[in-house]
Amino acid sequence: MAIKGTDIVKKLPEGGKKNCKECGLPTCFAFAMKLASGGIVLEKCPYIDPAVKLELEDALAPPIKPVTVGTGSNAVLAGDEQVLYRHEKTFIHQPAIAFLISDDEPAAAVEEKITRLKELQFAWVGKTLKADMLALRCSSGDPARYGELVTKVCGAVDCPLMLISENTDALLAAHATCADKKPLLYPVTADNIDRFIPVLKSRPSPVALKAATIDALVPLANRLKEAGIEDIFLAPDSADLNSAIRDETLIRRAALKQSFRPLGYPTVAFPCFMTKDRASEMLLAAMFIIKYAGIIVISHVDEQSILPLLVQRMNIYTDPRIPMSMEEKVYPINNPDAASPVLITTNWALTYFIVASEIESSKVPSWLCVKEAGGLGVLTAWAAGKFSGDSIAPFIKKSNIEQQVNHRRLIIPGKVARIRHELTEALPDWEIIVGPREANEIPSYLPNLVKSWKG
Amino acid sequence: MEYTAPLETYSGSVKEVVIGKGDRSVKVGGENILPLHYFEGKAANRPKIALEIDDNGAAGWSEWVLEPYKDVVADPVKWALKCLDLGADLICLRLESTDPQGANVPAEIAAALVKKVAAEVQTALVVYGCGDDKKDAEVLAAVAAACSGENLLIGPAVKENYEPLAKAVAEHGHCIIAQTPIDINLEKELNVKLLKQLPPERIVIDPLSSALGYGMEYSFTIMERTKQVGVIHGDFAMQIPIIADLGGECWKTNQARAGREQGILWEGITAMSLLLAGANLLVLRHPNNCRMIKEAIDGKL
Repeated sequence: MAIKGTDIVKKLPEGGKKNCKECGLPTCFAFAMKLASGGIVLEKCPYIDPAVKLELEDALAPPIKPVTVGTGSNAVLAGDEQVLYRHEKTFIHQPAIAFLISDDEPAAAVEEKITRLKELQFAWVGKTLKADMLALRCSSGDPARYGELVTKVCGAVDCPLMLISENTDALLAAHATCADKKPLLYPVTADNIDRFIPVLKSRPSPVALKAATIDALVPLANRLKEAGIEDIFLAPDSADLNSAIRDETLIRRAALKQSFRPLGYPTVAFPCFMTKDRASEMLLAAMFIIKYAGIIVISHVDEQSILPLLVQRMNIYTDPRIPMSMEEKVYPINNPDAASPVLITTNWALTYFIVASEIESSKVPSWLCVKEAGGLGVLTAWAAGKFSGDSIAPFIKKSNIEQQVNHRRLIIPGKVARIRHELTEALPDWEIIVGPREANEIPSYLPNLVKSWKG
Repeated sequence: MEYTAPLETYSGSVKEVVIGKGDRSVKVGGENILPLHYFEGKAANRPKIALEIDDNGAAGWSEWVLEPYKDVVADPVKWALKCLDLGADLICLRLESTDPQGANVPAEIAAALVKKVAAEVQTALVVYGCGDDKKDAEVLAAVAAACSGENLLIGPAVKENYEPLAKAVAEHGHCIIAQTPIDINLEKELNVKLLKQLPPERIVIDPLSSALGYGMEYSFTIMERTKQVGVIHGDFAMQIPIIADLGGECWKTNQARAGREQGILWEGITAMSLLLAGANLLVLRHPNNCRMIKEAIDGKL
């Protein structure tokens, strides 16, 4: 639970009654409220007691620490989440998807995974979906062999890395070769933590703590924090789906609802170690996207597995406070010309996307008029009076579609067949054609319609 | 600072709905925990999986999801039996052929088919109409009468036709699916209206399930909120099990049709998401997803 402005004000100079205005705000109370909402920094108060400042800094820090892996524009940022359920506000930093590569895989397989990380990119409603990281694992137990893999990957691709080895010597040796890339090191356990602390102090890198239970993670996190190390991920060793849901939920709750700092870090999840089956691995990864992981490591990296996972991540991390709508205009699809058919629909992004993708797959060059309708679907927009003859006609007139085509035929969604008459009256030059009820009928409908026009 | 596990318990619980009769009945709901939170309490019943069949020979189904059923789709009885063999907890029969835009099969023929399936396949049955509210009112009332006492789960009842449907369902001893278009306020409104005609133990909510990439997050969040309003905040009108009728939505997307593995995951990941959102009953098409989601429900995935 974040600290409240009313609690902060009591700690300010003279119990919050100094009101010197030097911070730029009229009262200490206003300053306190703004601090609580993150709108101003503590340094703006020239008279604050240093001990209070430290205390408030701690209280005002995000309940889940943001932690960065890698450097530069590709770096992955995890943590800093504020809610348990997306409808409470929104989830913020979508989890990074990491492809697992082991040092006992044949060279060709390694090359293939690197290529896939670079090349598997999918366009989706104006966004590019892709995986983010490589996780390099020492399976051979041979530090030299592992070192070769790490060097090879570092030379081939510029992406954030995670280094995984049960052999601490191999892990630290590999880290030494690429510490400037700020790779995430895993696992740090009760047995090896003493070896990491001096290394991390001289060459900082994020680390992931591994323990069998949440209780056992707490002293490890405390240990690092006392040593001044806070770039921490938690990796509870959850054996199966049930325990993973439990562990991720309790960690998120402890951080947000109890302000329990030792668990206020992002988590790493390993579907790759929980199952060998490809589809099961993807379903586990999908669970971790919803249930709070900051980084998710998977071993199956084919196109048909990755796309559904990336789309799910986009869906879950879409901000529910922002209605998804499209700009009101005429969208050309499949390079239309003056003779191409003209269709109309509403501006809910999903409606647009479904209709546009069906027109695309019909291969018929077309003009799709998207009318502003409050981001509603066709039927709801009609019910709300935002997709009627009276409102469509002015849009058609002011869009320049009448200059772009040499015909006057407008196809309306079958679900609003009832507006045909009023639209005919409002647009007397136009022939109003009632199209299919469902978008998925467009690929069979459009080619036949165009053929019939050509006679 | 000591760590105390932040376990939560809630006062609200979802009503238990029984579908079917005797030893072939299936129970859904009855939990007072959030979805899959078995570490904080007990669920009287874990979520159930229905595999979907239709009366229209699977017309329009993607080849990838048709594969396992190729030899049986012409015969709903054989198809239902195959689904049970493949591990379904119950069967969802969709009366696709009654669609006035399609074959427009009359109500009494559809009702006779449901009666036949109910008699010849020893299973609990969900029966969905074609989605045309006027035709559904006619068809589903006929189904309710023809299958009196079978305790089917029948729907969708929508705001345009719920009154006569609820009357038929109450009279003949069935349960009803209350369907609203991805809107939690309309959902509650319809529940409140139905509760005047039926006890909560005879209602299942269908908030509409959108496919991955096509608005799934809306369905996800409405289900998640519905569950929390019922279980955490104790709203009586929302303490009703949820059905996620997602198979058909997923398999009609271009992405699911593009390839077998991608198609199975399109449905599987949608199912996993809506399961975590709080669905008590999932309607799926592919048997692999039936198996995997059941493993997930048992925590063994």
